[in-house]
Amino acid sequence: MPVNDDLQKAQRFREAALPYLDDVYTLARYLLRDASDAEDAVQECYLRALKHFDSYRGPAMKPWLFAILRNVCNAEYARRAHRPSAIEDTPGAAEQTPIWQESEASPETEVLRSRDAGAIRKLIDALAEPFRETFVLREINNLSYREIAEAVGAPVGTVMSRLARARAMLRAAWTAEEEQAK
Amino acid sequence: MTCDEARILLHALLDNELDAGHARDVEAHIASCPDCAAEFAAQREMQRVLADTNLRYTAPASLRARIEASLPQAQRQQPSRRSVLRGFAMGSAVSALAASGVVALVLRQDDQQRILSEVVSAHLRSLQAGHLTDVVSTDQHTVKPWFNGKLDVAPPVIDLTAQGFTLVGGRLDYIDARAIGAVVYKRRQHVVNLFVSQTSNTEYRTPKTETMQGFNCRRWSNRGLNFWAVSDIGADELAEFVDKFEAAMKANVEG
Ligand SMILES: [Zn+2]
Repeated sequence: MPVNDDLQKAQRFREAALPYLDDVYTLARYLLRDASDAEDAVQECYLRALKHFDSYRGPAMKPWLFAILRNVCNAEYARRAHRPSAIEDTPGAAEQTPIWQESEASPETEVLRSRDAGAIRKLIDALAEPFRETFVLREINNLSYREIAEAVGAPVGTVMSRLARARAMLRAAWTAEEEQAK
Repeated sequence: MTCDEARILLHALLDNELDAGHARDVEAHIASCPDCAAEFAAQREMQRVLADTNLRYTAPASLRARIEASLPQAQRQQPSRRSVLRGFAMGSAVSALAASGVVALVLRQDDQQRILSEVVSAHLRSLQAGHLTDVVSTDQHTVKPWFNGKLDVAPPVIDLTAQGFTLVGGRLDYIDARAIGAVVYKRRQHVVNLFVSQTSNTEYRTPKTETMQGFNCRRWSNRGLNFWAVSDIGADELAEFVDKFEAAMKANVEG
């Protein structure tokens, strides 16, 4: 009976996908940097995921959902025509710059002070794409490099260089803030 | 290994992503290169601080509810007046649907009020001469089969005569333009109509009494059914009726 098929499918989808709601929402918050945009994107993501659930072959649900969320968010990026970021505004150029430039100033002596979550979130929000996305997927959503590559549709090598770049930029911004605070 | 390569691979080392061979290569470079060693130490420190901080967000409950409500079976059964009263289908495919618990039926307040007023109107109609019962019997084994074929599945018919509420019969009624079963009881000379409809929500909802046009209506949900008990008896007596009905239902289910 088609009604039952649909219900069973919905139930399987619910069990497979809803446990990752916080993960998907977290990524959406960092990608869109706006709570209500993130909610809309996550809802759309789950609608699309259900629509394509028949073709889902597992095993990793999380990167699959993230890939769908990215597609939803990309439309949003296009609409917004790139909101400026504080640290880096041109991802293309940033990817070509040597990654250790910012940390040359006596890095041995620097010890990062613990910051509250809100302050760190702001620093992450200020990272340019695609570095912010890669950083969040690794550091906050705990994806492996291979899973990140799968979710963002890029080679693992690209993921690695973006992650290195993201962390270098984040640490530079972090230490710069601490310098100012002194 | 160049410093360029090391500055990228040291992160893979931090993240435990390197195979043993590459890990040794990176460690060897770090051991011989103070700059890369400093960067490695700094990044490890930052990773430690980040790991100690909760940087995740929690999805708002309203978002979760929105997603639940937008799943397709929720769309088919829009949580609106159309689906509130779907007749009886216990034991059929629809009860499998209800048992799966996948459809949360959430009535908006105005819908609940509108249904309540229809229930009270139906109660009023039933009090007019000749409208109270379609089948007259104090025997639950006569009343219950009478519903068969008129509704998908008969509503629960329980004789509560011993508990002070006399079963007098059953009736087909219409609420929200749908057929619905009404089981009729009497307490002294007062009529109690028990309206029962199937619901996709299997959650237990505790009984609540509301008053409309001078009638008390006690509404609750259990076992995939919505119940409305309507009467002009006092609220405490109506609550007693509901308690006894539920107790007998429970005994039936467990017995
Ligand atoms: Zn080096």
